[in-house]
Amino acid sequence: MTTDLILLSVLMFAVTYPTRAVGLLTPGFDRLPKVVFDYLQLVGPAVLAALAAVSVMVVVSDDDVPSFHVGIEWVAVFVCLALVARKGNLLIGLVAAVAIVAIARAVGLAEIPV
Amino acid sequence: MSVIVFAGAAQFAAVGYIASGLPWPGIILLTALLNARHLLYSAALAPWLREVPVVRRAAMAHLLTDEAFALTISHFRRIGRTDERGFWIAAVGATFVPWNIATVGGVILGAQIPDPARLGIDVIFPAAMVGLAVGLVTGRRELVAAIVGAGVAVGVALVSSPSVGIVAGGVIGPLVGLLVPKAIARETAPLGTAASAVRYSMPGATVDSTEETAARDGPEEPPR
Repeated sequence: MTTDLILLSVLMFAVTYPTRAVGLLTPGFDRLPKVVFDYLQLVGPAVLAALAAVSVMVVVSDDDVPSFHVGIEWVAVFVCLALVARKGNLLIGLVAAVAIVAIARAVGLAEIPV
Repeated sequence: MSVIVFAGAAQFAAVGYIASGLPWPGIILLTALLNARHLLYSAALAPWLREVPVVRRAAMAHLLTDEAFALTISHFRRIGRTDERGFWIAAVGATFVPWNIATVGGVILGAQIPDPARLGIDVIFPAAMVGLAVGLVTGRRELVAAIVGAGVAVGVALVSSPSVGIVAGGVIGPLVGLLVPKAIARETAPLGTAASAVRYSMPGATVDSTEETAARDGPEEPPR
């Protein structure tokens, strides 16, 4: 398992490093068409939002059937979003999100995922 | 992974991918998509670092994270010249070393937590993704890309699988974001400017009117 993760890390490095290096090592790279940079600038927020939304709103049953999920996690993630937007501090947002879910589950307002 | 990949959002995401059993090709593709924004950082820093020897620039590239970029570009602009030592302090001292110490701490202490779900630990992943996305939303285009990306991802995930949904959202969201007319995009802090650096977790940082103008006009060429 550990060896597998090291190999996965190397593969992730193989697709990450070029994106960081090409601009620094390729002469004239900063003069690519503007639309390319415009698109790249939008990829980050789109992928991160997609990851968060699917993680919170979609659950997959044992027989691999996805379904829509509504739960306390929505509130926690929204509070985190609001705190980060307001305070600019991710740590505060994460602590608040974890506290909301932990308290809700402790008092029986939310289910504990299996 | 924290040493080899050294990419916070991609690492957080990889934990979720691995836990959900996503095949490796999907993990690699999503990592590439997620880290594609680093092209912007390297392109923005290139004019400042063109005098640095190529071997050192190659090493710098591995350390070019969101945080390193934000600290470096704001520092260079503040002092008005390239400061290679400043880059290394930001990239190694302020990010690489603390990140890896925290990773080791998590590995050691994480195993001591008996029931992570009861403590709400599982919500850290989506909350972190949203928090990091907020830092990247610098205008209406980014906002539209994020909302559409999330919506498409959920919709596609419900009719196929979560992994396909995430890829679909990551590809289609930016395309729809580009449709926002430039006149109303109001990109107040495009990447590569001091204004964008302010948005990247720099408490207390401010942008003066000169920098706001520069932010609207795009990256500024460093002194030659």
